[in-house]
Amino acid sequence: MSQDFLLSLAQAITKGLLTGMVYGLMALGLSVIFGVMRVVNFAHGEMMVVGMYLAWAAFDYAGIHPLFSLPVIALLFFGLGYGLQRGLIQPFINRPEHQQFLLLLAVATIVVNVCLAVAGPDSRGIQLESQFDSYELGPLVFDAVRVHAAIAAVVIAALLWLFFTHTRIGKSIRAAADNHMGALVVGLDVRKLYAITFGVGAACVGAAGALMITIIPVTPFLAAEYTLLAFVIVIVGGLGSMTGALLGGLLIGVSEAVAGLLIDPSLKSMFSFGLLIVVLLLRPQGLMGRKDSR
Amino acid sequence: MSAALLQVDGLDLYYGDAQALSGVSLEIAAGEIVAIVGANGAGKSSLIRAIHGIERPAAGRVRFDGVDITGWPSHRACEIGVGHVAEGRQVFPNLSVLENLEMGAALKRARADEKKTLEHVYSLFPRLAERRKQAAGTLSGGEQQMLAIGRCLMGKPRLIMFDEPSLGLSPAIVQEMFRIVRRLNEEGLTVVLVEQNVMASLRIAHRGYVLENGRIELSGSGPDLLSNDRVRQAYLGL
Repeated sequence: MSQDFLLSLAQAITKGLLTGMVYGLMALGLSVIFGVMRVVNFAHGEMMVVGMYLAWAAFDYAGIHPLFSLPVIALLFFGLGYGLQRGLIQPFINRPEHQQFLLLLAVATIVVNVCLAVAGPDSRGIQLESQFDSYELGPLVFDAVRVHAAIAAVVIAALLWLFFTHTRIGKSIRAAADNHMGALVVGLDVRKLYAITFGVGAACVGAAGALMITIIPVTPFLAAEYTLLAFVIVIVGGLGSMTGALLGGLLIGVSEAVAGLLIDPSLKSMFSFGLLIVVLLLRPQGLMGRKDSR
Repeated sequence: MSAALLQVDGLDLYYGDAQALSGVSLEIAAGEIVAIVGANGAGKSSLIRAIHGIERPAAGRVRFDGVDITGWPSHRACEIGVGHVAEGRQVFPNLSVLENLEMGAALKRARADEKKTLEHVYSLFPRLAERRKQAAGTLSGGEQQMLAIGRCLMGKPRLIMFDEPSLGLSPAIVQEMFRIVRRLNEEGLTVVLVEQNVMASLRIAHRGYVLENGRIELSGSGPDLLSNDRVRQAYLGL
């Protein structure tokens, strides 16, 4: 009996870790945007849901596997994020935070209602053959789709790390985040870098959406939940920290899965928010956050 | 003075309602060192920032090598050769020394020669070569100032504007800083030097301007200003 329980606990934890990688990728987008320009993307979950719908539509209408539509969706989201920053957010960048909040809340409201108008309130999922496959490791069984999604999320996060440490634009973005005046003085085009940053953050969440649709079906009402989830992850992990976002994603993924096992799947948010409260009490800057960062 | 590299004409700058600059005009010829001196809050930094395009002037013109660059964003001004070593050094603390220098060479005008310029910067500041992998935030104040200058040089500027380069540094390093400014000028760079250290800056400058309450009150050659009664009383305490 207790061995059965331990096995299902281990099973839940691995499932949570795999889903958590996708959560981490989603939160990475939020963290990158906030870390560089101190703007909180309140439309993050809405973007996630759009990514899920696009991947669903590509599969439903053209039979394209989400792993193949993902690069296109990421590229499209990069363009959308770039344009959104240039056209809409840039004029608000030095305005008070509540004005930025209202702006992005408006974007979120529009996006979620467009989803509702176009796709309707019903949940839309996709049927992949690999959804019935699994990998076995000893007594543990891994859902194939979750494994694929987690691997893809890790690969994308690694690419993002390479971008920020090994390309001139990536380093310039870090520089602009590090010292705004310094960036102006050396002649970095900070506005353009901000637009690229928003594009990169949007591409992360779009890609995360394409992966998530292989795991769960989408409805417009998931949007607000994902926005909140991304906040919780980023705050648990540490605002502005890339590794923090990934770690936070894993933790939240595991806590949700364990909550589902121990109590009831519908109470999973209780565990996530409980974790958030514990972290805020014991380590307010987040697990990987720096103490001096505001 | 016919070949002015930098020409500033009737510059007005406001922060909200407060006027920081009123009708500032000056000319800097290629190859000169020009000091801009004045008390704290006289508008020296504001002037540099307005020239560079970091602040937007309400009126007036800025011409660089005959091109009207008024209102250009700072990155475009850098792209035609305006260099700026900001007050407080403004290095990127979490980036390595080398990455800081690379950021200076992100300009299109500088990319092709990046390696050569880097060698030159390392020869000027061997300390930076030793610490190339260290995070800039861990450097001493003097080293950060060298990094700020090196980073600016990486952009291959034709004019370099120093904003309080000696602020907060030990006397020995201040001396070193003035030596470097002179050396860069001998290598062909035109220099604008904003300083509270009036004596030292007027000594190495060909010419100087005295800024008071956002206006140019006096101008002249370095020696002339050093012997001017008003300058001696107000700034040198003599």
